Amino acid sequence: MPAHPLPAAGPDGTPEDTGRAAARTRVIRQAASVSVATGVYGVSFGALAVAAGLDLAQTMALSLLMFTGGSQFAFIGVVGAGGSPVAAVATAGLLGSRNALYGAAMAALLRHRGPRRWAAAHLTIDESTAVAVAQEDPVMARAGFWWTGLGVFSLWNLFTVVGALVGDALGDPARWGLDAAAAAAFLGLLWPRLGGRTAQLVAACAVVVALALTPVAPAGVPVLAAAVVAVLVGWRDPTPRLGRPAPGSVTQGDAP
Amino acid sequence: MTSTWLAVLGAAVLCFAIKLLGHLVPEHWLAQPRVARIAGLVTVALLAALVGVQTFTSGGAVVVDARLVAVGVAAVALALRAPFVVVVVLAALVAAGLRALG
Repeated sequence: MPAHPLPAAGPDGTPEDTGRAAARTRVIRQAASVSVATGVYGVSFGALAVAAGLDLAQTMALSLLMFTGGSQFAFIGVVGAGGSPVAAVATAGLLGSRNALYGAAMAALLRHRGPRRWAAAHLTIDESTAVAVAQEDPVMARAGFWWTGLGVFSLWNLFTVVGALVGDALGDPARWGLDAAAAAAFLGLLWPRLGGRTAQLVAACAVVVALALTPVAPAGVPVLAAAVVAVLVGWRDPTPRLGRPAPGSVTQGDAP
Repeated sequence: MTSTWLAVLGAAVLCFAIKLLGHLVPEHWLAQPRVARIAGLVTVALLAALVGVQTFTSGGAVVVDARLVAVGVAAVALALRAPFVVVVVLAALVAAGLRALG
């Protein structure tokens, strides 16, 4: 993607052009900082995936092909706990459901067809959506989406490999506290979403349901059952406290 | 092909299909407050359940061990706005340290 798609407007450029250029620099800087911050914790994903029993190729496949951090962590969480493949797929899919909402908002902004639309769909994650909706100008919003999406994709995959190699070298996961690191990773993904009272209530109920079912249900099922709590509360609660990703509302992005 | 590979590829296809669905359906289908609210809360519920299971369970039993202290430290770090990587590494260090001490 060209950094400066605007035609040069004379040696100095009009004031409007310099304003545009400054805005573009600002967007790219934003995209870069989000990409680095997010990409680096691909290390924790890679290490935890190997600790959960996946091999290097499977770990890389998740980051390359699934590319949505919350779902990736959930997938290895269920697999690591001995859950069935079906439970792992279902949990990853449910956690990825918010991406459909982001996709709808980004499609309206990008208006691409064909291969570009598919590429945009693959890069539709918390971070790319958040940077896009934070821009006031649609041109900058598009730039923000692509730069952030491509930046996170590159670094996330690079650091996934680094993490997987490190995790492989470590050996016994529990000795290095990697099981606790996985719990902390989920807490880190959850934390920015606990703003509202409803969210806090649902989170507390979800923990209780999951732990209550753990001794009696097969691994993976307690986590899925907790999603039912969310559907019940979300169906009834009339106050839109967790808004759709309209401009300014997608600020809780902490996972690709 | 092993069942793990099937699950990896199946989950990847599913997650991509969900993203693409958002790009393909008319925006108003998904823009309903109820749909948006449930999607947001499902994310919260699943992540919270994963925190619970990953902190308190071991082989199908509910247990309390070094992980609880580690996650508590992680929560404090998050409250102090520590970066994600710092939070995760801190939790690992606390759990590994407690286990090394016995």
